[in-house]
Amino acid sequence: MPATLADPRTSGARKAPKRRMRLSWSDPTFRSIVWQIVIVGLVVGIVWYLVDNTNRNLAARRIATGFGFLGRVAGIPIGESPISYSSASDTYGRALWIGVLNTLKVAGIGIVLATLLGTLVGIGRLSSNWLMARLTGFYVEVIRDIPLLLQLLFWYTMLQGLPVPKQSWRIGDAVFLSNRGIKVPYLIWENAHNWASVALLCGAIGTFVWSRRARAQQEATGLRPAVWPVALGLMGALPLAVWAALGAPMAFELPVLRGFNFQGGGTVSPEYFALLLGLVLYTAGYIAEIVRSGIQAIAIGQWEAAGALGLRRGAILRHIVLPQALRVVIPPMTSQYLNLTKNSSLAVAIGYQDVVSIANTTLNQTGQAVEGIAVIMAVFLTISLSISLFMNWYNARIALVGR
Amino acid sequence: MSDRKQPPPGLVGPVAWLRTNLFGSWPSTAVTLALLYIVARMLFDFAEWAFVHAVWTVPYGPTGIAQTAVCQDAKGTGACWAVIADKYRLILFGRFPYAEQWRPALVIALFVALFALSTIKAVWRRGIESRLVQNIALLAAAAIVLDNAAGLLDTIAAVGFGWHLPLPFDLLFLGNTVGKYALICGLLLLWPAVGVWIGTLGAIGILMFGGQFGLSPVPVDYWGGLPITLILATFGLAFAFPLAILVALGRRSTSMPAVKTLSVVYVELIRGVPLISVLFMASVMFPLFMPPGINVDKLLRAQIAVILFAAAYLAEVVRGGLQALPKGQSEAADAMGLSYWQKTGFIILPQALRLVIPPLVNTFIGFFKDTSLVLIIGLFDLLTMGKVALSDPPWQSFSTEVYIALAVVYILFCYGMSRYSRGLERELNSARGR
Repeated sequence: MPATLADPRTSGARKAPKRRMRLSWSDPTFRSIVWQIVIVGLVVGIVWYLVDNTNRNLAARRIATGFGFLGRVAGIPIGESPISYSSASDTYGRALWIGVLNTLKVAGIGIVLATLLGTLVGIGRLSSNWLMARLTGFYVEVIRDIPLLLQLLFWYTMLQGLPVPKQSWRIGDAVFLSNRGIKVPYLIWENAHNWASVALLCGAIGTFVWSRRARAQQEATGLRPAVWPVALGLMGALPLAVWAALGAPMAFELPVLRGFNFQGGGTVSPEYFALLLGLVLYTAGYIAEIVRSGIQAIAIGQWEAAGALGLRRGAILRHIVLPQALRVVIPPMTSQYLNLTKNSSLAVAIGYQDVVSIANTTLNQTGQAVEGIAVIMAVFLTISLSISLFMNWYNARIALVGR
Repeated sequence: MSDRKQPPPGLVGPVAWLRTNLFGSWPSTAVTLALLYIVARMLFDFAEWAFVHAVWTVPYGPTGIAQTAVCQDAKGTGACWAVIADKYRLILFGRFPYAEQWRPALVIALFVALFALSTIKAVWRRGIESRLVQNIALLAAAAIVLDNAAGLLDTIAAVGFGWHLPLPFDLLFLGNTVGKYALICGLLLLWPAVGVWIGTLGAIGILMFGGQFGLSPVPVDYWGGLPITLILATFGLAFAFPLAILVALGRRSTSMPAVKTLSVVYVELIRGVPLISVLFMASVMFPLFMPPGINVDKLLRAQIAVILFAAAYLAEVVRGGLQALPKGQSEAADAMGLSYWQKTGFIILPQALRLVIPPLVNTFIGFFKDTSLVLIIGLFDLLTMGKVALSDPPWQSFSTEVYIALAVVYILFCYGMSRYSRGLERELNSARGR
């Protein structure tokens, strides 16, 4: 049989004959190339024009370009910092790095808390209890209709309206709530705690390995060895034993009122607390809706079918419903995490020193506007890309595998 | 005829409703009682603070300064709504000249009317089909463009070479003025929604700027309050929308990789950074971008930032609509021999955009709230005016009342819009037979 008569379905897709591009306006390839050259040329031209103007303006104002200022002494007073800092000797680079850490601190904890609260509220909206469903619905509606910035200002003023340290609200002699923030006891960290943490990490790895083995055994024999006793032993008893063997140190540093303010103990500053509260309450409203739609997306037949197979309610939730709901929930959840991280930049309005706030002070002090904004954008792009890369990886892992 | 049986007693009626919905089981009963207690307690406390012990007016001193001693005494037990009574015009209209404040008030009313009108379906239908009206509208548009282009060229010539173009500027200006009205009338007939939007936004511009129809001119520095919030959000979205459609089409393009790359980079770059950084860029970097001697007003700079920012988000919304369309639509249009723009304009976009109206409204709600961020770069929107009102010494300690009042304004707008979007979504879902 001549090859030209071969069935196109078996001989692979028929290829369009290769045509040479004609240099004519009626040729679509030629047209698209011309259009692309025009558009790219326009964009490059505009950017070049703006950059040229900027360079000339900077030269006229005698502002040096470049990131040399990062090495200069900053002199920015920073109220709270996870690493040591002194405004007299440390550089702009270090100040900005503290800003990044502060941003990560509020965004990381905010994401965890907002997910927890949002999940609870989302489940509450589906409650069979009418009052519960209505109240959570009211919360979701109202919190999403008020600008976050207004909420932050509101919480911040509320916290500033708290009593002075001398009349602070207290829980025993340990936790104090005043207009200087929340004072909590601080665990004095010792070597034993380090080793206990190492033990916990090892325990977590051990548990992971054991659960992989358990799954392999289940697939081979149909019987699943229990995982929870091993998990409890490796992640609970082992670190405790290590800690006890090293003398079980457990000393707290209590906040003590000295004069007009507290000494010692750990502090949650009013700025941080207001920002965290605002971000968590606001984002939880959105996460609640995502969780609700995720649960509602699972057909009731899934529950019934699993029940008919004899699975218990917990097992149905764990093995049937959640894996399917997660698939619906992950992409919008990712964008909420990104929103929370980006919204943490509103810190600048209430004086929490995140990266935007410190970069803003830097560019006001040094006049390095371009570099300051470049730093802000680079930091947020890096965080955004990391979160979306991680969530995309997770999404791909749990996605339905098509045949 | 079979006689209809009543449902068994105890399954209908208020008591049965209470039993199933509030006291279904022991845990449910416990939750109900606990929630009832908390809600009743909070409502009672709030009512006591906001109404029973509230102070509604305060006396004024001889120099016109508010005597807030009554409010200071009530602090903690009762709200001081007198601050709102004293400052509401400042908060709503900013520093707009007092005698002219009917203008921003009218602007707010126009915006509300525009939103309300946009929810009516009939407005979005095609108007009359008339070649004559189409041609008149095209002619009018040409006259407007001609005058503006001539003006621009003349400015360039004057600045660059120091001479003026020999053009009949009076005639061009007349054409432009007549053209504007002709264009709006033509659009109202051809495509009512577009005509209504352009006409209303134009009227809003005239009311705010003044200088025409005997209105005294008001510089942008005096604008403030709710009109700024509404202008930033509405103009932002209206101008971002066409850009967003182009970017979304560019991102979906298969034959133009360079355009696709540009679109992807633009969207991802903007969506990866917070609005604040773009606003900072507008406030501190934008002056550096411009050639020396050209100053762009702060509000306009913020507006451009909002447009560029909104376009990236809208582009993703539009792309969602484009992806939701079955591929057959585009293939069928290709088979009919339509060109790319015919296919896009007549087949793809009308269907895709209808799909994305609900997320579009949600995006609009988001931007309506996000315009409050201009507080940080020092523009006088609603939220900023609230803070300005609070900076007045007698009222400094009554921020809770002001923030609550501001929240109520935002909630009124956002709740209305979200109700509308939810109604649309339900309609769309039922139309799809789900």
